[in-house]
Amino acid sequence: MEKQILSALVENKSGVLAHVAGLFSARGFNIDSLAVGETEDPRFSRMTIVACGDEAVLEQVRKQLDKLVSVVKVQDLSRASRVERDLLLVRVNAPPGKRSQVIELANTFRAKVVDVGLSEVMIEVVGTEDKVQALLDLLRPYGIVEMARTGRIALMRSSRG
Amino acid sequence: MGKNGAEILIDALIAEGVETIFALPGGVVIPLFDRLYDCPLKVVLVRHEQGAGHMADGYARASGKVGVCLTTSGPGATNLTTALATAYMDSIPIVAITGQVRTNLIGNDAFQEADITGITRPVTKHNYLLRDVKDLARTVKEAFHIASTGCPGPVLIDLPVDVTTSVLDGEVNNEMQLPGYRIIVKGHPGQIKKAAQAINDSERPVLYAGGGVIISGAAEELAKLARKANLPVTTTLMGLGCFPEDDPLSLHMLGMHGTVYANYAVTQCDLLIAVGARFDDRVTGKLDAFAPKARIVHIDVSPASIGKIVTADIPVVGDAKQVLGQLLKLVEQRERKGWLEQIAQWKREFPLSYDRQAKTVKPQFVVEQVREVSDGDTIVVTDVGQCQMWAAQYYGYSKPRTFLSSGGLGTMGYGLPAAIGAQFACPDKTVFVIAGDGSLQMNIQEFSTAVGNKLPIKIALLDNGYLGMVRQWQELFFNRRYSSTYLADQNPDFVKVAEAYGAIGMRVEAKDGVRPALEAAMQVSDKPVLIDFRIDPEENVFPMVPAGEAIDRMLSRMA
Repeated sequence: MEKQILSALVENKSGVLAHVAGLFSARGFNIDSLAVGETEDPRFSRMTIVACGDEAVLEQVRKQLDKLVSVVKVQDLSRASRVERDLLLVRVNAPPGKRSQVIELANTFRAKVVDVGLSEVMIEVVGTEDKVQALLDLLRPYGIVEMARTGRIALMRSSRG
Repeated sequence: MGKNGAEILIDALIAEGVETIFALPGGVVIPLFDRLYDCPLKVVLVRHEQGAGHMADGYARASGKVGVCLTTSGPGATNLTTALATAYMDSIPIVAITGQVRTNLIGNDAFQEADITGITRPVTKHNYLLRDVKDLARTVKEAFHIASTGCPGPVLIDLPVDVTTSVLDGEVNNEMQLPGYRIIVKGHPGQIKKAAQAINDSERPVLYAGGGVIISGAAEELAKLARKANLPVTTTLMGLGCFPEDDPLSLHMLGMHGTVYANYAVTQCDLLIAVGARFDDRVTGKLDAFAPKARIVHIDVSPASIGKIVTADIPVVGDAKQVLGQLLKLVEQRERKGWLEQIAQWKREFPLSYDRQAKTVKPQFVVEQVREVSDGDTIVVTDVGQCQMWAAQYYGYSKPRTFLSSGGLGTMGYGLPAAIGAQFACPDKTVFVIAGDGSLQMNIQEFSTAVGNKLPIKIALLDNGYLGMVRQWQELFFNRRYSSTYLADQNPDFVKVAEAYGAIGMRVEAKDGVRPALEAAMQVSDKPVLIDFRIDPEENVFPMVPAGEAIDRMLSRMA
């Protein structure tokens, strides 16, 4: 099962997110993540959707999305030259004996400590999905208290010539 | 003083060419109905909002225009849901306007509040919740545009009561803002050329035409193309009427209850040209056995339909009328004697049949007799189930927009209200409903609307005392265990019901009573006529392709 990334430019109106999500659920497509935010044009938002499925399934998804009146443009970024990022906030157990190890791990990944507690720290890391997943896997043995992840956002690289 | 929302709405509807709206009032739309009281629009009062929705649908199918219905908030709006889903599945242009509670109450579980835009999102092409009167004119214009173009569909506008009463400060601005809505009309010339080449090269082609041909107004182009290149034509349920069924090239309907010769032709063809059809499961049966020897040309206005069910070897995205017109110039005349002879042989060997010698009233006979008393412009509206299939098989449709039926959703209760809508759209045409005793009861209250408006609709009730189609499956596949399908001992006296509403009721229990009853019905011009035909209770629809079977492995009457 491949992961496919779609970037959709949609009208910035209430109900559009519900419509897109509803489309996916009604047709049984599995969404891994969906991130949406404003763009340079206040009329439009950009949605980055990561879905799991084969190419034929993705092609249907892309066409169904395109059909929605509120969706202006859909790009399949799966095979495009692109930059993608995922942001993770995670609270990790870091009692006095272990704290320095946790912080060192964070530094290795160029992640930041953004909150400190008696026995925990909160770490923020931005990067590709692989990088974020790698740090998470390494932090897991210490005990993850809670985490929040944005899901991937992506933009196509500019052409260079 | 400027205009208020209600006035702007009515002006906008009139500007779109609306003449008739189907409606039921309620609390939040009282200010709007006050403006409707003496406006030029004809407002048809219905008895159930689902009826209003189906009337707008029948109006649209019969006329080609956008049908309009108007309801109040809460239950009035939710009652439209089935009708919207019906229109959505069959791509019918409707604009549904629902009242809504005041903008500042939305989301507070107010009296008669429903999140109708949320509820109908999956069953409308698009919907709007208006919050400001300055958006009203633009929204109406957009709604009509979206409903009627590309692949048409229902559009809902949710209108809060305070928007209808607020006065617009400034000029009415109805400039559309639809950055995300594009329609592809002209087919790609390269693809069309490939399709023409494929047709010219094929030995055993079949043209598979669906509802899209009717929506596009492409019947003439289709007929010319079929006749020039000698392409046998089969239609879906939704496509009935797009090609004259008395033409020797007509294979009639294909699929689950289609003719043997249509299904055989599709299974043996080497090129399947699909136009305005979507390879629905009622047509394809077992997918990997569908048209197994054929290359597939798929012409459709909706890119999302292409490649959804079946891979198209030559996809052409575009409007049917345009694409067929282009194809017509490029295809060559060919006789295809061998193929046409094979098809003629199948037609001789496997015609549609029923026991014509039977003494009982056979539903197929009734449908044939309806055809005998009608003219080519008569509109047949069906309900759903066995009655629908017999109407599709035994009438013989020659013109587009003469067969109205809920194909995609299969909504029982569609017939009577849709017929009312069709009669309003075409006041000079004869309108027949072919219904079952189960279906007719689902929107029977609309007899009031028909009688009140003096509509001379003829209702041929194929009364077998069962939920017939389900009973048939129970007979064939569940050992005749008629679980919850027997209606006869609880059915009312339909003649008395018709008379109670002010319509004319007749009962026919013998074969020789069928034709006289129909002829008598044709004489009535100012009220509906219901004819309760007591048909053979266990008559089945054949041929039948069992679910999941290949379409050339149908059950026929002999089974």
